[in-house]
Amino acid sequence: MAYAAFMSSRSDVLDSRSSDRPSLMQIALGFGGIAIVGFGGVLPWARRMLVEQRRWMTPSQFSEDLALSQFLPGPNIVNLSIVVGQRFHGLPGAAAAAIGLLGPPMLIVILLASIYGYWNEIAAVHDAMRGVASAAAGLILATAAKMAVPLFRADARLQLAFAIITFLGVAVLGASLPVVLLAIAPVSVAFAWWRVR
Amino acid sequence: MSREDSELWTIAFTFSYLSMLAVGGVNALVPEMHRLSVDVYGWMTSTRFTDLFAIAQASPGPNMMIVTLIGWQVAGVPGAVLATACMTLPTSVAAFLVATTWDRFREAKWRIATQSGLVPVAIGLFSASAFVLARHADETLVAFLITIATAALVYYTKVHPLLLLGAGGAIGAMGLL
Repeated sequence: MAYAAFMSSRSDVLDSRSSDRPSLMQIALGFGGIAIVGFGGVLPWARRMLVEQRRWMTPSQFSEDLALSQFLPGPNIVNLSIVVGQRFHGLPGAAAAAIGLLGPPMLIVILLASIYGYWNEIAAVHDAMRGVASAAAGLILATAAKMAVPLFRADARLQLAFAIITFLGVAVLGASLPVVLLAIAPVSVAFAWWRVR
Repeated sequence: MSREDSELWTIAFTFSYLSMLAVGGVNALVPEMHRLSVDVYGWMTSTRFTDLFAIAQASPGPNMMIVTLIGWQVAGVPGAVLATACMTLPTSVAAFLVATTWDRFREAKWRIATQSGLVPVAIGLFSASAFVLARHADETLVAFLITIATAALVYYTKVHPLLLLGAGGAIGAMGLL
C-alpha cells in the first residue's frame, strides 16, 4: 500500500517505552546538545540526533512529527520538542525537551549580546557568519533530501506530486504558509483518506 | 507597582499576544516586534533593535532568540526568561494537547489519513525553506558552492556538520564571499 510507509504505527514507540526510552535527563541533554550547535537552524540537527544517532525514532516517525509540528502555531522546533518529549514522558518529558532546547541558547545569546560592543568592531565576524549561513542552508537542504527519499518510490507518486506542488508554491510563487495550509493540505489529506480506505 | 514590575507585565502581555500570531515561524513577526519595541513602547532605538536581531541570527538555537534579547534589553535576565516563556508557552500547551490527542487516536482512520496527507506537504515546506534560505544567503558563486558542497557532504558522508559550518565560516572570514 502506498500509504503504508507513512502509517508506521506508533506502537513501535509505545512498546519500547518500558525498556529503552530515554530518561528525562537524556531528553534534556539531547535537545540542549543540538540547540547549542544549531547555527542557522536546529531542525537538521534534531533529525540527526533523534533518527541517526540516538535512534529514538524511525525516519518516518520523524517526518510525521515534523509535519504535526509545522501545522501547529509556534516555532516548529519548539513544537517538535514538545511532541517528542511528550511521547516519551508525558508532561515532564515535554518540559525537559523544551527547557533543554531553549535554556542553553538563551545563555549563549545573552553572553553574545553582552560582549557585542567588542566583536561588533570585527568585520571578519560578520563575514564568517555569512559563510556559516550558506553552509547552514546546505545542511537543511541535505536533511530535506533525506526526508524526501521515501517519496521517490514507485508507489508514492501522489505524495511526491503534493510535495512538489507545495515546494513550488512556497519557493517559486512565494505563497505564505497559511495559504499553503488552506489550499494544499486539505486536498492532500482528502486523497490520503481515499487511498487509506 | 514599580517601573520594573510594569515593564515585566508589558513583556508578558506583548509576547503572549505575539505567540498567538506565530503561524509559520517567529521570524515572520520580526516587523511587528520592531514596531512594538521601537515605536510603541520606546524600549530601544531602531539601530539597537537591528543589532540585537543580528546577534540573535548569529547565535545557535531556535530561530527566535530575538525574543530573548528584547526581554533582556528591557528587564535583564528576568525579562529574557519571561519573554521567551511567554512566546513559547501558549503554543507549547497547544502542541502538548494536540500531541496527546493525536497519539490516543493513532488507529483512527481520520488520523492516519491526516498524517499521510500532511507528511508530503511538510516535506515540500521544509525543502522550500532550504531553498529560500539558500537564495538569501548565497549572493555570490562561492557562497552557492558552500551550500552545494555542504549539502552533498551531509547527504553522502558522515562528516560532522559542525566541521562544515566551521569551514563555511572560515571561508567567509577570509573575505572570499
